[in-house]
Amino acid sequence: MTDAQADRPMIEVEDVRFSTAGRVIFDGMSLTVLRGRITAIMGPSGTGKTTLLRMITGQLRPVSGRVLVDGQNVPGLSRHELFALRRRMGMLFQNSALLTDYSVFDNIAFPVREHTRLPETLIRNLVLTKLQAVGLRGAAQLMPTQLSGGMGRRVALARAMVLDPDLLLYDEPFSGLDPISMGMVLRLIKVNNDVLGVTSVVVSHDVEEINQIADYCYVVSGGRVIGAGTPDELKRSDSELIRQFMSGAPDGPVPFHYPAPDYRQQLLNEGQRHD
Amino acid sequence: MTKANLLLRRLTQAIRKLGAVTLFFVGMLQALPYAVRRPALVSRQVHNAGVLSLVIIMTSGFFVGMVIGLQGYDAFSRLRQEDLLGAGAALTLLKELGPVVTALLFAGRAGTALTAEIGLMRATDQISAMEVMAIDPMGRIAVPRFLGGVISVPLLTAIFNSVGILGAWFVGVQLMGVDNGAFWSQMQEYVETGDVNEGILKSVVFGVAASLVAVFEGYTAEPTAEGVGLATTRTVVITSVLVLILDYMITAFLL
Repeated sequence: MTDAQADRPMIEVEDVRFSTAGRVIFDGMSLTVLRGRITAIMGPSGTGKTTLLRMITGQLRPVSGRVLVDGQNVPGLSRHELFALRRRMGMLFQNSALLTDYSVFDNIAFPVREHTRLPETLIRNLVLTKLQAVGLRGAAQLMPTQLSGGMGRRVALARAMVLDPDLLLYDEPFSGLDPISMGMVLRLIKVNNDVLGVTSVVVSHDVEEINQIADYCYVVSGGRVIGAGTPDELKRSDSELIRQFMSGAPDGPVPFHYPAPDYRQQLLNEGQRHD
Repeated sequence: MTKANLLLRRLTQAIRKLGAVTLFFVGMLQALPYAVRRPALVSRQVHNAGVLSLVIIMTSGFFVGMVIGLQGYDAFSRLRQEDLLGAGAALTLLKELGPVVTALLFAGRAGTALTAEIGLMRATDQISAMEVMAIDPMGRIAVPRFLGGVISVPLLTAIFNSVGILGAWFVGVQLMGVDNGAFWSQMQEYVETGDVNEGILKSVVFGVAASLVAVFEGYTAEPTAEGVGLATTRTVVITSVLVLILDYMITAFLL
């Protein structure tokens, strides 16, 4: 890799607008992900964090704006070019998305068998190496339904990194995990980044966990980036919204209550249906 | 909204859905080479859709044949033409009941399973995961299941017909006393190649229709428990109506 390539951002999202079912999700969203770093994208639920990942993978197209991955404008790519780009990506889905009719071993071997002509002995060694890395070599012959949530997430992570991608996207990697599994996933993301130099984008609202590993963070709300910086910078931010998010305060600029009519009036209106 | 507006909206929705099905079918044709290069994927689906439907097809075929045997014997005996039972049963099964009932049973057993399976794959992000892994889910998921159905339905129809004729023979010859030789010889005399071809044509068309509906409904199902449930119901309803309409059209065209 030349110096010019190394300095070029891995992902550039430029003034992206996107709406679905009449609801505006992004309105002028812009952010940059540097190569070889762990970048966190945080924000309240429903702000389109997963939608952003699906734009980076080319599964969704913005109404306007550009989404550049390694200098290529993803919405403008042909199907062939998009598939070639995706071979350099890995994604960890929130619900693991393991193929339920394949064993753990076959799930991880699946992309290798599809994209390479490696002999089975080599594929076996490759899969076992990845399973060893996530601590599940002994679970190779189990079926996805026999795995706990944390184990499933680790298998999915092994599958995402089996082809040694340049870019790994993590969609809520910590949600629903017990502290031990969470610690393991956290360590694996960090190791992938430090040892393999993978560019990582982690979408999460687990502030404490993500602050331990992220080099840079974006806070997304209302369809755009409302704050960016290192975790320490964000903690010291002047913005009330960012401080509320980083400290996990239940009320603040993002209200605890969903918009509703006056509480007292509603209780006093006996017999009135409210469905 | 006025009734005219509502009607117009429904009509627009129907045309839009027809367009979506057509585009989906074209997408499957484009992904066909992927599945053809992987025959193991298709044979697995022939097993799922075909082999696993054998019990219900053979049981239903035998009982349908027995009913034809009873009704046919009753009708022919009024005309003192009991010997024609074999020909009547074979023609009824080969031209009409075999392809139609097999397609309806296929929709109920294999079609619903296909829709639910693909719908759940969508709901659990398995299809998205394949897309991100640069693997075309149309080639990997939709086409093998579609081909599995298209191959299975004509074969199941042939088995349904054979077992159905045995059912009619059992009732007519063994229980009602129709002459065994007359039963088979009259069948040989009156059943022509064109009758068999009509049944084969129908079973192929019904196989394409039933498999396309099942795979399309699963692939486009709302990725929720309710969405998958509704898609499964739509598969049975649409296939049943479609098979009966197509049956009339093919029969009218061929007669």
